Amino acid sequence: MNSAIVRGLLVRGMLAGLASGLLALVVAYFLGEPRIDAAIAYEESHSHEHEMEIVSRSLQSTAGLATGVLVFGVALGGIAALAYCFALGRVGRFTPRATAALLSAAALVAVYVVPFLKYPANPPSVGDPETIGKRTTLYFLMMALSVLLAIAAVIVGKRLAPALGNWWATVVAVAGFALAIGLAYAFLPAVNEVPEDFSATLLWQFRVAALAVQLTLWTSFGLVFGHLAERLLHPKPATASLATGQEAATA
Amino acid sequence: MAHPIAPAAATPAITPISLKTILPWAVFFTILMLALVYFVGAEQGATSLISGEDVHEWVHDGRHLLGFPCH
Repeated sequence: MNSAIVRGLLVRGMLAGLASGLLALVVAYFLGEPRIDAAIAYEESHSHEHEMEIVSRSLQSTAGLATGVLVFGVALGGIAALAYCFALGRVGRFTPRATAALLSAAALVAVYVVPFLKYPANPPSVGDPETIGKRTTLYFLMMALSVLLAIAAVIVGKRLAPALGNWWATVVAVAGFALAIGLAYAFLPAVNEVPEDFSATLLWQFRVAALAVQLTLWTSFGLVFGHLAERLLHPKPATASLATGQEAATA
Repeated sequence: MAHPIAPAAATPAITPISLKTILPWAVFFTILMLALVYFVGAEQGATSLISGEDVHEWVHDGRHLLGFPCH
């Protein structure tokens, strides 16, 4: 019985991830692609050798972009749904929908915003190909650290709640998370590989677009998944009475 | 006044799903989903399981806009 709920939530999480991936794709296409094109134009005006094009730009900016964003949406939706199974009924007295909204907000911060503030998204031509290994390691390290610290903060907050009350327990847990993240920011190496004459405006616009993609992804995931989870866990009284009515009729 | 405010007790406590039930699902699907994230975010960048540049080039724009380091 319980296993059926996990299965139901997982399927709904992946579907909600796909739906929010579609919305994020729209944002990525209209806000992000113009910035990528501008960055590639800069790149081409600065390099003399022309790279062989394996996938054409028109495919990269449509089907390629869609593949990346949608697969990412489904994957994150699945993981978020499983995290939701753990969180449900354990984080506090919240409805299924409110739990989904809180989880999505926390995921946006822990999975994206915290790593982004240290290692922000970069357009093409920003970043030295020689350091890709180091940058990838640092980015995933920052992401893992942020997610683990967020989970630790939730656990600590729950432990403190009986003694401090919900409000102060939350304040202390969030402050502890912020302090730990601050230390990680201070001790992890900085990456700054922006070319001297790269447009600061373009860099800012690209990063805001990247942030908008994630904001869209997680906000719509929270709303869609929350709605689906609420319907799964708390069927509407009307349909419930209808179902019992039918049962009574057949009985 | 037209909106009757339900008392706080209207939020029923939800029985958590037991860890034993969640764990097999969580382990299997988290690994599967992380593999997908890896292919979108990092394959043929820092590490290559498949030789060539095809995967990297195909998800190139998504990788940049999703915030992953890309070449």
